[in-house]
Amino acid sequence: MITPAARASRIAIKEPPWLKVVLTLSALLFLLLFVAMPLAAVFVEAFRRGVDMFFQALVEPDALAAIRLTTFVAAIAVPLNMLFGIVASWAIAKFDFAGKSVLITLIDLPFSVSPVVAGLVFVLLFGIHGWFGQWLVDNDIQIIFAVPGIVLATIFVTFPFVARELIPLMEEQGREEEEAAMSLGAGGLQTFFRVTLPNIKWGLLYGVLLCNARAMGEFGAVSVVSGHIRGETNTMPLHVEILYNEYNFVAAFAVASLLAGLALITLVLKKFIEWRSGDTGRGAPL
Amino acid sequence: MFGRRRFLPILAGCALIFAAGSARAADKTLLNVSYDPTREFYQEFNAAFAKVWKEKAGDGVIVRMSHGGSGKQARAVIDGLQADVVTLALAYDIDEIAAKTGFLPADWQKRLPENSAPYTSTIVFLVRKGNPKAIRDWNDLTRDGVSVITPNPKTSGGARWNFLAAWGYALKHWDGDEAKAEKYVTDIFHNVPILETGARGATTTFAQRGLGDVLITWENEALLAKEEFGTDTFEIVVPSISIRAEPTVALVDTWVDKHGTRDVAESYLQYLYSPEGQRLAAKHYFRPTRTDGVPAAELARFPKLEQFTIDDVFGGWQKAQARFFSDGGVFDKIYTPVR
Repeated sequence: MITPAARASRIAIKEPPWLKVVLTLSALLFLLLFVAMPLAAVFVEAFRRGVDMFFQALVEPDALAAIRLTTFVAAIAVPLNMLFGIVASWAIAKFDFAGKSVLITLIDLPFSVSPVVAGLVFVLLFGIHGWFGQWLVDNDIQIIFAVPGIVLATIFVTFPFVARELIPLMEEQGREEEEAAMSLGAGGLQTFFRVTLPNIKWGLLYGVLLCNARAMGEFGAVSVVSGHIRGETNTMPLHVEILYNEYNFVAAFAVASLLAGLALITLVLKKFIEWRSGDTGRGAPL
Repeated sequence: MFGRRRFLPILAGCALIFAAGSARAADKTLLNVSYDPTREFYQEFNAAFAKVWKEKAGDGVIVRMSHGGSGKQARAVIDGLQADVVTLALAYDIDEIAAKTGFLPADWQKRLPENSAPYTSTIVFLVRKGNPKAIRDWNDLTRDGVSVITPNPKTSGGARWNFLAAWGYALKHWDGDEAKAEKYVTDIFHNVPILETGARGATTTFAQRGLGDVLITWENEALLAKEEFGTDTFEIVVPSISIRAEPTVALVDTWVDKHGTRDVAESYLQYLYSPEGQRLAAKHYFRPTRTDGVPAAELARFPKLEQFTIDDVFGGWQKAQARFFSDGGVFDKIYTPVR
């Protein structure tokens, strides 16, 4: 008995070779046009006035400040979200509790909220007319239009990446191994570090990688809470926009090429992780 | 456990770099929240002021800058961006700050000379080399086949000046007939293919992306664009009559008192009116309001033209804003995005 789906796929396999060539070529052409060319353009523009100008643009104080701020923000947001992702997905995948589906929905929220709205939420909370505004002013604490606001907004938008990666992975692995460890006398922490963590390490690394790429590249939410003070609250994506608006195209693309480079490195690492995790199977020692 | 091993040192390293970077000398700092086209001017002005202040007071001053669309910047100050001074595109935006927060008194505009506008500008046209569409004056903008670039008056201060300049021309041309003025401005917006959010965005759309036949813009933006993109790419067309655009400056009392920067902030704004401040404004294509100390060569680039003010023709910003740019106002009525 051949199901309709199987018949369809058999017909598909029998498609004439010219169609395969046409399909492959059009896919390649599409990729070339919409991915490779813009990416190449960034680097071409960055080096238009030579290597010297490229490096000059990167060591300019405002550019350095932007690079520093972006790394600083990612260095806080990524580990925090990694920790949160592990805790949340462990709770969701290994235990049953009331409100579990609500928690899963909440974790997904930052994916569905527009980044601009994410930024405005923090203005509403911490802006001078916001819920905590007066108290913050009285106590001399600056959250929005300062570094803490940028960190908060970044954490918010990058919040789901690690958890979203780990939840299906942990659910698929089930809880038998943990239960076995427990029945053999291992404590909670011991079980986590010796059984759970080795099982999820590639998924975790993958999630962290995506989280980091987004943390460094976020524009919308950060733009709303930044205040755009030069050399102080401009992250790399914001700095790119400023340079472009100042007709400083070479410098704009030089900084942009750093972000593009980050994307390329992320891609390579992602491929590497997929290869390693497929190759060694789960549970392989580090 | 690679997570801990790898990330903690990175975190510590970054924290160190950051701490080292933000440790600054105990100089006074000012935050100047400004609009888009003043970037180049304030960069040079701040350096000049720092030198003068050092001679006068003995300690250094660092002026931090924030630039963006004028309305957006006012919004940020209203939401708590702690600006010591605001230098925005139009008085209405500073009025909004005063009205919504009380950070500065409602009569702030009377505190400095010349309506608190140390430099002015006007609205002109930028066209492509050789002026292929033969744009000479405002009435050419409504011709068929002329594509006009101007930003969105809802978000851009410059765009509001553009709008009012066009309206003022029409009133003069048709002897105060408001209906004809409305028809004329509606016809201009029929020729606008895209509304950018800010003046600088509109300039890059026109100059970099090559859209449109004519850009309505600040004179200072037009002069700067001509300089940046090469004098052989664009030409400036000065219309028969235009508006006197007054970008205004003000001290934000709440924040200077909190930061202890009132003296330096006051000197900063005063210095805008000094011969050196006026010279730098002229150098960066703003029309100085006090021309005594400004070399004739710097003044030569500003052609004489008939100018009217917003107070003369529209009774001030409050009235103009309510009538033209508020929700459901004239602009909402005449502009339909889909043609």
